[in-house]
Amino acid sequence: MPENIIIPISPEGLLEEVLKMKGSGCRLVQICATRIEEGYEMSYSFGKDLDLYTLRFCIGEDVEIPSVTEIYPASFLYENEIHDLFGVPIKMISLDYQGTLYRTEKKTPFK
Amino acid sequence: MSKRSIVPFGPQHPVLPEPIHLDLVLEDEKVVEAIPSIGFVHRGLEKLVEKKDFNEYVYVAERICGICSFMHGMGYCEAVENIMEVEIPPRAKYLRTIWCEMSRIHSHLLWLGLLADAFGFESLFMETWRMREKVLDMFEYSTGGRVIFSVNKIGGQRKDMDNDMIREFLGVFADMERSLKELVKTFLNNSAVNSRLRDVGFLTKQQAFDLGTVGPFMRSSGISRDTRKLGYAAYPNLEFEPITSEVGDCYARTDVRIREIFQSIDIIRQAAAKIPNGEVAVPVKGFPEGEYFMRVEQPRGEAIYYIKANGTKFLDRMRVRTPTFANLPGMLETLKGCQLADVPILILTIDPCISCTER
Amino acid sequence: MSLLTFAKIELHNLFSKPATRPYPEQPRNYPQRTRGHIENDVETCVLCGICSKKCPTGAIQVDRAGKSWSIQRFSCIQCGYCVESCPKKCLSMLQSYTQPAERKTIETVSKAPVENQNAS
Repeated sequence: MPENIIIPISPEGLLEEVLKMKGSGCRLVQICATRIEEGYEMSYSFGKDLDLYTLRFCIGEDVEIPSVTEIYPASFLYENEIHDLFGVPIKMISLDYQGTLYRTEKKTPFK
Repeated sequence: MSKRSIVPFGPQHPVLPEPIHLDLVLEDEKVVEAIPSIGFVHRGLEKLVEKKDFNEYVYVAERICGICSFMHGMGYCEAVENIMEVEIPPRAKYLRTIWCEMSRIHSHLLWLGLLADAFGFESLFMETWRMREKVLDMFEYSTGGRVIFSVNKIGGQRKDMDNDMIREFLGVFADMERSLKELVKTFLNNSAVNSRLRDVGFLTKQQAFDLGTVGPFMRSSGISRDTRKLGYAAYPNLEFEPITSEVGDCYARTDVRIREIFQSIDIIRQAAAKIPNGEVAVPVKGFPEGEYFMRVEQPRGEAIYYIKANGTKFLDRMRVRTPTFANLPGMLETLKGCQLADVPILILTIDPCISCTER
Repeated sequence: MSLLTFAKIELHNLFSKPATRPYPEQPRNYPQRTRGHIENDVETCVLCGICSKKCPTGAIQVDRAGKSWSIQRFSCIQCGYCVESCPKKCLSMLQSYTQPAERKTIETVSKAPVENQNAS
């Protein structure tokens, strides 16, 4: 049975852990945010063949996190989505839509 | 150096019924860059999970997309069943497999028709959709709906197919296989069709991997990965191998999808031969608590259902990562360097489903 | 690579019946499982209200005091959840679809008062 595990990490170690994933030959599967009481829970999922590894960390509101587009260029859509729907500030996205990816009536509707 | 110009593509375009906008940066007739823009019809279905109880949400999940609606419902149910540790009866697993493969057949036939329409072969489009109509009729016959089936529930299926019905379907599929073999000759051998598809929009194996593409789009670039091998529903008991091609152009994508239709018919035959008798649902008590990442192979590729439940009847978070969302970066890569006239065909060959993406 | 790959299919189509039906003259036969619209046999209904609680879109309202059951036809998604959970089995799914209309209306069926039944 393929693995499906969640690995807790610290927010500061995000880029380092993502680099490790890249080094071990994983592809980016998805990035998502979940609203929790004191902020957001971020999940970065990576896949290797059929295994799924999810990096998990929690951040407070308005805490800026670095973008992983330098490591995984395809992540720009996920990061813009999280920025537009949840209002998580993400710096240095390679293609930053500045909040215009989703034309929602209300800014950051999932916040 | 030639002059650069920007040509807008979409959100309304004759070849695509769904709204996606691309800013194409052109050098003469050649595309050098494409910047996508989505979000014209974002519906916020992920947010709705906070207002609907987890049993009712099955009907919302089905409505994420009108083509893979069965698989969206099933993916959601499987995720909740995994959290609640519910084991569904074997017959329900086989039923899910059969309906899944029927969805794949109708989705790929739909796509083949749209492709024929995109390069202007109207009668080929009609012919493909005539075949697809038979699958929709079978869906209506077995589930009661042509697009939205409402047969999934947490803990199994809501409707059963009796064995006579399955036998009847096998007959229809045998006919379909015969006429499809005749029809695909036009897609694969016709010189006019070939001139539009061959050597257009290459995506190398490395690019396909780096950009995180999924589904037939990825498999036609030579990566052999099929989420069905994860072993959900009845797939562990059935024999099939991921279908790949090494070429990575539009022709390869067409070829892979065509072979997948035949593979799906074969899987249905295997499932029909092995389907056990018995119950189709188990009662489910209590509320889910925990989280799970469920992966399902949809016609367009791997979809991810992330569910976080807190032990009440309302879920905390439900997230769907649809295959088109993952395929967009790969599509942008194939667009670089292609001719403006090939852009519609290229966008079509990833089989974009914007309604999935705008969940 | 070849030309005229489609000719065989074209010729076949030329000499075979069309795949479509002449619609208004020959109406469609719905399969038995088609989910068209909900009907309530109000005489057996006990107005328990389970259907209105289970309805995912909130299309069904049950008025116990006024002894009536109403449905918003254009909110109903024909999922059949109410039919399944009805304890008296008075709800049924019929094959024909809801007819298009100019505006969304609420359809109400009321239970006939007991004395009226006696009178008639």
